[in-house]
Amino acid sequence: MALVEIKNLEAAVGGKPILKGIDLTINPGEVHAIMGPNGSGKSTLSSVLAGRETYTVTGGSVLFDGKDLLDLSPEERACEGLFMAFQYPVEIPGVTTSYFLKAAVNAIRKHHGQDELDAMDFLKMVKEKMALLEMDKTFLNRSVNEGFSGGEKKRNEIFQMAVLNPKFAILDETDSGLDIDALKIVANGVNALRSPERAILVVTHYQRLLDYIVPDFVHVLCDGRIVKSGGKELALELEKRGYAWLETAAA
Amino acid sequence: MPTDEGTIETLANQEYKWGFVTDIEADALPKGLNEDIVRAISKRKNEPEFMTQWRLKAYRHWLTMTEPKWPNVKYPKIDFQDVIYYSAPKAKKQLKSLDEVDPELLRTYEKLGVPLEEQKIFAGVAVDAVFDSVSVATTFKAKLAEMGVIFCSFSEAVQEHPELISKYLGSVVPYSDNFYATLNSAVFSDGSFCYVPKGVRCPMELSTYFRINAKNTGQFERTLIIADEGAYVSYLEGCTAPMRDENQLHAAVVELVALKGAQIKYSTVQNWYPGDKEGKGGIYNFVTKRGKCMDSARISWTQVETGSAITWKYPSVILQGDNSIGEFYSVALTNHMQQADTGTKMIHIGKNTRSTVVSKGISAGKGQNTYRGLIKILKNATNARNYTQCDSLLLGDKCGAHTFPYIEVRNTSSKAEHEASTSKIGEDQLFYCKQRGISLEDAVNMIINGFCKEVFRELPMEFAVEAQKLLGVSLEGSVG
Ligand SMILES: Nc1ncnc2c1ncn2[C@@H]1O[C@H](COP(=O)(O)OP(=O)(O)OP(=O)(O)O)[C@@H](O)[C@H]1O
Ligand SMILES: [Mg+2]
Repeated sequence: MALVEIKNLEAAVGGKPILKGIDLTINPGEVHAIMGPNGSGKSTLSSVLAGRETYTVTGGSVLFDGKDLLDLSPEERACEGLFMAFQYPVEIPGVTTSYFLKAAVNAIRKHHGQDELDAMDFLKMVKEKMALLEMDKTFLNRSVNEGFSGGEKKRNEIFQMAVLNPKFAILDETDSGLDIDALKIVANGVNALRSPERAILVVTHYQRLLDYIVPDFVHVLCDGRIVKSGGKELALELEKRGYAWLETAAA
Repeated sequence: MPTDEGTIETLANQEYKWGFVTDIEADALPKGLNEDIVRAISKRKNEPEFMTQWRLKAYRHWLTMTEPKWPNVKYPKIDFQDVIYYSAPKAKKQLKSLDEVDPELLRTYEKLGVPLEEQKIFAGVAVDAVFDSVSVATTFKAKLAEMGVIFCSFSEAVQEHPELISKYLGSVVPYSDNFYATLNSAVFSDGSFCYVPKGVRCPMELSTYFRINAKNTGQFERTLIIADEGAYVSYLEGCTAPMRDENQLHAAVVELVALKGAQIKYSTVQNWYPGDKEGKGGIYNFVTKRGKCMDSARISWTQVETGSAITWKYPSVILQGDNSIGEFYSVALTNHMQQADTGTKMIHIGKNTRSTVVSKGISAGKGQNTYRGLIKILKNATNARNYTQCDSLLLGDKCGAHTFPYIEVRNTSSKAEHEASTSKIGEDQLFYCKQRGISLEDAVNMIINGFCKEVFRELPMEFAVEAQKLLGVSLEGSVG
C-alpha cells in the first residue's frame, strides 16, 4: 500500500490558487525529490501536507497510511508520523531544545498509548542522535533555534527528525544555507534514516544535495502542477537546462 | 505530629486570643470611617497607646489626601464611607462539603494540582483535617523559635514585641506615604510579622505556614519583615489557588527592613479572583510594598501576578546603604477585562548600589498591562548601576501593553540601562510546535514559560512549578 497518496490536490492562500491539481504517490522506503522555480508552490505543498492553517485546501484528497490526512489536525498528523523540516525554522526564546523535544517525543508517545520516556532514557536516545548529526551537546540547553546560525538551524531540523522517527519526512530546502561540510553531515544523517518503512520527500533547488541523498524519483513543480517526473537523471538535466523548457510545456 | 486534644484546644484558644472571632460587638462596627472607628479598632485589638496614636495620625492625614488618578486603570469610584472597617477578618460562610462548591472553581483547583484538603480550605469547606495543617504550622514555628526567629501574626507581634513594632513600623512606608497606604495604616486588621536575628539564616522558606494562613487574609493587611545584620530570609506570599473574597478593595502594605549585610527574598504568587469575562466581581488590589537596604544588604522582589480585576502595585527598594542591591523580577498576566499597572521603584542613595529590574507582561483577551518603573539615582550614589529589561507579550490583538520608564540620574559616574521589547505569540511558533506533535495548549504554555524564564528561575523551585501551571490555566482558551 502506498504511504502517501495525493490526488488532484488544490490549495489557495488568501483566495489566490497556488496548488492547481497535484498527483503524487509515495511508497514506503522511497525518496522523492521535488524541484521547481521560486514561487512554484513547493513550500505550499509541504505546508498543506503538514496542515498549516494559512492555506486552504480547495480540492482533492490525501491518504496517509490509509487515513484521510486532510481530516487530521497538524499535531495529529505529526503524531501519526508526518514530519516537516522547515525551510525557515522558528525560534522559541527561553525554551530549551531538550525541553521542546521531550515535549514532542512524549506527545507522540501519548498518542500511541505509550508511557512517557523518563529523563534518563530520553537523554540517552537524544545523545545517540546528536552524534549522528555531529552536534555539540550544548545545543540541548540552548533555546530552540535562538541564536543558531542558518546551518545550525537546518542541522537541528534533521536532528529532530532523527529523534521523532517519523514515517514520512518532508525536507523543505534543508540544503539552503549549509556549507559543503555541513551538507555532507546532514545528508549522511538523512541517509542513515532511510529505511524500508520510511519515505522522504526532499524539496530542493540544487543537484548538489541529490548527489548525496540520491532520490528514487524526481518531480518538477511549475505554477502549482507537477509538469514532469522522472528518475534521478531528471535532476541532472534540470541542472543543465533550467526550468524554462518545462514552464512552456506547463502553459 | 501533635494532634491530641490538648493541642487542638490550645489552637482554638489562640484563635480566640488573637481576636479572629472574638468580640460580638466588633461585628457591630458600623459602616464608614471616623476617629471613633479607628479608636475602636485599636481598642478591640487591645493595642498599646502608641499604636492607637499612630493609627489616628494616619487617619487624620488620610482626610487631607485624594485618591491617585494617575494609574492607567479604570474603575468605578469607591465610596470609602460605604466600607465596613472591621477589625477582624470575616469568617467565611462554611460549606458542608466540596459538593457545594462551584464546580468551575474545583476544576481549576484540580488543574493546579491543589491537594484535596487544601481545596477545602480555600473554598471554605469545614474540615477536621485543618488541625493537621495547623499542627504542621505549630511544629514549624517551634523550630524557628529555637533559632530566635520570630514569625507570627501582626497582632501577636504588637502584643509580644511592641519594641520591634514601634521601632520599625512605618520606617519604610511612613503613615503619610500614599492614599491607600495611609488608609491601611489607620485601619489595618492583621498580617504577618517576621524578625530574623543577627547572623541567622532562616532555615526554611516561610511558605507552608503562610499558605495555610492565607485563607483569611483581611482587606487591609500589614506585613513587616526585619532581617537583622547578616541575616537571611526567604518569604513566600500568596498561593496559586484562586481566592474569592467578599471584599472588593484590598489595600495591603508590606515593609521590608534589611539591615547591614542582610538579605530578604520576597516572592509572591497572586491569583485573586479577576472577575468574570466581563470583569464583574473582581478584586481591586492596591498594594504598597517597599524595602529598605542598609550597607551591603540585598532585597529581591519576585512576583507572578495573574489575579485581580485591577492591580496597582510597585514593589520598591530604597538602596540607602553603600553597596546594597535591589532586584525586581515580575510576571504580570492580564486576560479578559483585567487591568494591571505594576512596576517598581529603585531609589539609589548609597554609593555603588546596584539594581536589576526584569518585567514580563503578558496580555491576552482585552487585558491591559502597564509597566511603570522609576529608577532614581541620587547625587551621592556614585557608581550606581541599574539594568532594566521590560518585555511584553501579546496574545491576540484586542489586548494592550504600555511601558512608562522614568529614569533620573543625578551624578555622572552612574549608569541606568533600559531595554524593552514587545512581541506576539506568532502563528509560526505555534505551528512549529504543533508540527512536532505538541498540542496548542501545551505549545502556548511552553512559549509563555520560555518568555517568563528569567523570572521563574528566581522563584523557589516548587513555587516556580505552581506558577507555570497557573499561567497555563489563566490563559486557557485565549489562543486558537
Ligand atoms: N502566506 C502567504 N500569503 C500570500 N502568498 C503566499 C503565502 N504563502 C505562499 N504564497 C505565495 O504562493 C506562491 C508559492 O509559494 P511557495 O512558498 O510555495 O513557493 P516555493 O516553490 O516554495 O518557492 P521557493 O523556491 O522560493 O521556496 C508564491 O507566489 C507565494 O508568494
Ligand atoms: Mg519554499
